Amino acid sequence: MKELKIFGIVVVFTLALYWGVEPFAHGQMHKHVEGHGLVYDGSADIEEASKEKKEAKKAFWADVKKIAALKGDATAGEASYMMCAGCHMDGAANMGGVTPPSLDHAGAIYDKNFLIALIKDPAMATNVDHKYPNGTMAHPMGSVSAMVSAPQDIANVVAYLQAKKAGEVTPKEAFTEACGRCHANRYGKLTQLGEVPKTKSNIKTGQDIDALKYAQKVATEQAALADYLGTLPPDLSIIIRARSEHFLHTFIENPQSQLAGTAMPRTGLNHEGMEKVFAYLEETGDPSKPLREETGPKVLLFFFIFTALAFLWKKAMWKGHH
Amino acid sequence: MAHFEKANSIGEWLDQRLAVNTLKRVMQTEYWIPKDINFLWAMGMVLAATFGILLVSGIFLLMYYQPNIDTAFDSVNYTIMSEVGYGWLWRHIHGVGASIVFLIIYIHMFTGIYYGSYKKGRELIWLSGMGLFVAFSAEAFSGYMLPWGQMSYWAGMVITNLFSGGSLHADGLVEWIRGDYVPGQAFLSRFFMLHVLLIPLAIIGLIVLHFGTLRIPHVNNQEGEEFDYKEAAELYKAGKVKESKVIPFSPVFLSKDIFVMGVYFILFFYLVFYHFGFAMDPVNFDPADGLKTPAHIYPEWYFLWSYEILRPFPTDPGLIAFAFAQVIFFMLPFLDRSPNVAPASRRGAFKFWFWAMLIDMIVLTFMGKLPPEGIWSTIGLVAALAFFVLWIALPIITKTEKKL
Repeated sequence: MKELKIFGIVVVFTLALYWGVEPFAHGQMHKHVEGHGLVYDGSADIEEASKEKKEAKKAFWADVKKIAALKGDATAGEASYMMCAGCHMDGAANMGGVTPPSLDHAGAIYDKNFLIALIKDPAMATNVDHKYPNGTMAHPMGSVSAMVSAPQDIANVVAYLQAKKAGEVTPKEAFTEACGRCHANRYGKLTQLGEVPKTKSNIKTGQDIDALKYAQKVATEQAALADYLGTLPPDLSIIIRARSEHFLHTFIENPQSQLAGTAMPRTGLNHEGMEKVFAYLEETGDPSKPLREETGPKVLLFFFIFTALAFLWKKAMWKGHH
Repeated sequence: MAHFEKANSIGEWLDQRLAVNTLKRVMQTEYWIPKDINFLWAMGMVLAATFGILLVSGIFLLMYYQPNIDTAFDSVNYTIMSEVGYGWLWRHIHGVGASIVFLIIYIHMFTGIYYGSYKKGRELIWLSGMGLFVAFSAEAFSGYMLPWGQMSYWAGMVITNLFSGGSLHADGLVEWIRGDYVPGQAFLSRFFMLHVLLIPLAIIGLIVLHFGTLRIPHVNNQEGEEFDYKEAAELYKAGKVKESKVIPFSPVFLSKDIFVMGVYFILFFYLVFYHFGFAMDPVNFDPADGLKTPAHIYPEWYFLWSYEILRPFPTDPGLIAFAFAQVIFFMLPFLDRSPNVAPASRRGAFKFWFWAMLIDMIVLTFMGKLPPEGIWSTIGLVAALAFFVLWIALPIITKTEKKL
């Protein structure tokens, strides 16, 4: 079968071409970063740290480990949590560049070790301590050390979060709480201030004053964020198509691993949190996926039948020609 | 006016006025195609079908696309992808089609080179085909600007910059092409016009010309055999289909085309539904930002080989090399000095030339996407030089080729 041989050659060259410009080229272009399975024990931080910082980081994460071993008392933690709730509340105002996020599902979507580390030292925990050369007190959450600092106290607050702030969480809530204070998602109609409110324009003037007021508020919030972080964090509407899943996963786990020096803090998502955030990113960034998966097999089936019939027709037409 | 009898059927009525029966005979049932062909001869119709798919999907997309730098990105990524029913399907068909059409074009081109289908008498088939290649390239590039993502913007920047001509510093020309100092609204509007009107018109015209050029020299066959078409056609019409060297375009040739198309469509729609990422670069899902250059800027895969001919050299020689690469394929019928019309396998040194050229272009394609560092730059430079050596060698090795 000469024709099959020719077909084989075409296929081999086509596959070689594909391999070269896709998997091979992309493998060479992007450095490979291993994930750590969403275990937040500081091992990556210590490894990356400069010589001067290595010891401090080792000590910090060793302390975190010790606190994690303590048994937290959720009831006692509730009292201390009241201090957290002073800032982490609905309608909170921007504090030092960023609005404190809601902690309604903190126990469900964030890792326990990460929460302990965060209360102990927010800059170290989120691996952005390089942005605070004068110490964590300059961090918007730096004052936490003045409120909750005793190891048992930290363990209690985390126990409280895990017991009482851990209800069922939707993908949208997970995104809003973990990412939404810095990143908008315009396809999901989310700004840094939360959901875009429904407003009505004045029928006589055609102007929507409430929408304009809201836009001004968003612009103000974004300006504060950009001043604090150095740049306005990107809108995440279709980030799921702009970056590979592996990149996003390792980046969220430890932003410094993919983009050294970035102002993005680690968010400390656990498996459930990560899954929910990805579900939301997929919802806004790749909404056609369910319909695509449903339609694909039908279209392919059609063309298989089409091809089979075409083959029979060809056979009939060429009968007696050879 | 001509005298018209009463027609007894719609067919007859049309025949009286349009000569549809003659048309059908001339263009289908008595348009003779050689019998000694393989599935590669179906690529022309596969290309025509793909162009049809691109045209139809493009028309659907055109209903929602907004050529405005503030709304273009979201009109594609939000409106079409999530608000328009099956908008995502049309977009993926259009995107995959635009990429895969080049794969078929290259297969079609290399088939022509392998079997010597550009030789004496068939030069215009080759030239009009190359015209189509250039028009499709322009169509692909202008279309790539439209989603106004990071790759649109920066590819637009880099490619239009080429027109400054290196040391010539023809910055005025670049501004004239862009309509601005940097790609902006004027740039997007004009590339939109080119993509949806001017270039498609040129393509349609060139397709008609390309088909026209086939008519007199006839389609080549697997052995490059020259035979009397009239005689072969008479034989066929006399019912001696086995002995005849020809088949009618319709239905015999077409039946095979349709089967090949079926196989092709299975691949095509597999890609559309399950593997479209290769045709839609992730970088282009970041909105255009003139202040943020992407870490890697590279063209789509089908331009990589010529990009790699530009890249390894200093600016001026690079541009000359690039210009050379763009036009040299047009010269093929005149640089090949051998009178033999035969598959490359029977043509001595040309056989090696063919495979060397094919492999060299694939190597250039690989290197064109990789960052120009270390060993990759060296391989790229060698492959680019090899490209020139091969073209310089072509007239020499074909001149000395033994006549078959």
